[in-house]
Amino acid sequence: MIDYFEEIISTLKQNKLRAIMTGFSVSWGIFMLIILLGSGKGLEHGMEYNFSNTVKNSIWVYSGKTSESYDGLKAGRRIQFTNEDYDMLKQKLSGIDNISGRLYLFDELMVTYKNEYGKYNVTCVMPEFGKIKIMDFNKGRFLNYYDTKYFRKVAVVSEPIVDVLMKGVDKPVGKYIKLGGIPFKIVGVFTDPEDKKSKDIYIPLSTGQRVFNGGNKIRNLAISTEATTVAGNKKIENQLRNLLARKHRFSVDDKKAIYVNNTLEHFKQAQGAFAGINGFIWVIGVMTIIAGIVGVSNIMIILVKERTKEIGIRKAIGASPGSVVRLILSESILITSIAGFTGLLLGMGVLFIVDKIVSKAIENGADQMNYIFNHPSADFNIAITATLVLILAGLIAGYVPAKRAAAIKPIEALHDE
Amino acid sequence: MSNKIIRLENLHKSYVMGKNSLHVLKGIDMNIEEGEMVAIMGSSGSGKSTLLNILGILDNYDEGAYYLNDILIRKMSEKKAAQFRNKYIGFIFQSFNLISFKTALENVALPLYYQNVNRKKRNAIALEYLDRMGLKEWAHHLPSEMSGGQKQRIAIARALISKPKIILADEPTGALDTQTSYEVMDILHEVNESGITVIIVTHETDIADRTQRIIRLRDGLIESGESVNTGAETSAVAG
Repeated sequence: MIDYFEEIISTLKQNKLRAIMTGFSVSWGIFMLIILLGSGKGLEHGMEYNFSNTVKNSIWVYSGKTSESYDGLKAGRRIQFTNEDYDMLKQKLSGIDNISGRLYLFDELMVTYKNEYGKYNVTCVMPEFGKIKIMDFNKGRFLNYYDTKYFRKVAVVSEPIVDVLMKGVDKPVGKYIKLGGIPFKIVGVFTDPEDKKSKDIYIPLSTGQRVFNGGNKIRNLAISTEATTVAGNKKIENQLRNLLARKHRFSVDDKKAIYVNNTLEHFKQAQGAFAGINGFIWVIGVMTIIAGIVGVSNIMIILVKERTKEIGIRKAIGASPGSVVRLILSESILITSIAGFTGLLLGMGVLFIVDKIVSKAIENGADQMNYIFNHPSADFNIAITATLVLILAGLIAGYVPAKRAAAIKPIEALHDE
Repeated sequence: MSNKIIRLENLHKSYVMGKNSLHVLKGIDMNIEEGEMVAIMGSSGSGKSTLLNILGILDNYDEGAYYLNDILIRKMSEKKAAQFRNKYIGFIFQSFNLISFKTALENVALPLYYQNVNRKKRNAIALEYLDRMGLKEWAHHLPSEMSGGQKQRIAIARALISKPKIILADEPTGALDTQTSYEVMDILHEVNESGITVIIVTHETDIADRTQRIIRLRDGLIESGESVNTGAETSAVAG
């Protein structure tokens, strides 16, 4: 076996330039494939980042105005959600994980801590909201059931607000801040992974309704579902429309009475688009490799022609056709493999460097990069696949020339001109 | 019978080119004894090259029979033919046919590679054969660095290394000057004396006269087969 390789390598050594030139096209093909696939992954990661702020299978419902008359009522009527809607949906809607009502306090609220003050958005939510929107809790906790039940004046505050209002405060949790003049106790400090600079304050919905004259109004509803398919989520969405339409007396088909934002649908759509892009990338990559294969095959055919005499000699002194096929195929596979691995390593190297640069840029505050392109990488599976593609490429590239070589008749090859 | 290394019975061979068929060998009967040294002569087109190709199992024949070492050689698979060539036949060519990018040593050792002899062993054997040809110091030179005579001696070493029963030499001196030609013929004589049958195709009379027997071909038939040279040396002088 070692002997066999020595035989092949000694032949290649004698023809270094030729071997390198032959290998280049394959190197290039694999290099491009790795770069393309890695970039595809980078874009995909960017897209996933876009969705990382919400749980992937959630439905957001906003109330609007009716656009058609229905059941004797005029068009243009404003729909207002209340706690009753929340209770009804929680009871009747099947296939849901969590549901939370949400009330915005209109206009930004004056928020003060000692002598510092600022105007910020305050949103009233239910404890379940913490399971629908993703928040990273650095200190403390999110709102809980008892906060709602006992109308506690508690708040969770995003880190940037703490940084501004409570500069130098060691433990913000447990301190009181005033929202519109009313003191609220901070129970948690969080950052929003979607936007690390967002300045948000959440208080219990029940407290918000009572303290800020919200009555029993709810601005919108957020639901996370058990469904994992678009169809499943869509079914829940339809059920939801039916329930709300009956209660508020608007046509089920009236798309303006309520707005439904189905994130799973968006996510899957985006995923579908990326599957398409990935497929496209593969096609381009494989085409590039095929061009490489054809190149190698071509050169090998010329090579066999050049080496007709040598092959004739080998056959005359006892080389079987099989051994000639093996000789040519092995050369081809060796060239494509070595060249391919070079391309593979170069590609991986470039991706690694790009990843480093992008990560550095993000660290230095180029946050928007996260949404576009991050962590371009070719994973282990790609490397394995590429390896298999390489060996296959070598086989295909060598097949035709090897067959030709085996068919060489020693008499003709050795014929003296 | 067993001492007849080559036996040809009514051998026919035609080349078909489109509609025309060229009948090259028209019934050759020939016996060559083990240990003989034979020359095959004939003008171009007489069929001597075709005959040599058939003897070397490089080509098929249409009719008749060819026994090599009492084994019928007929319609062999290429693999089988390669094995037979490797085992029984050593080739020497006019243009030496050495592999240009391999050293003298590697060229000589190549037949043993196809017998799956490991590298170390076959190189040792090859060096021994090169030494016998007086080319030991040239073992690691490429053919391009050597003279015609040296190249032919390497080719002979390569032909001998697999210990064949017969040596087929196709115009072995065709590319060499007279002095070198005689040196090569001397080597072939030595080879023959060691018991190996030597068959030389040539159109040079002085070379043919140095063999024991000359088989003359004309138009695909043996014209005079059995004329035996009594003294090679005298013929050479006469020629």
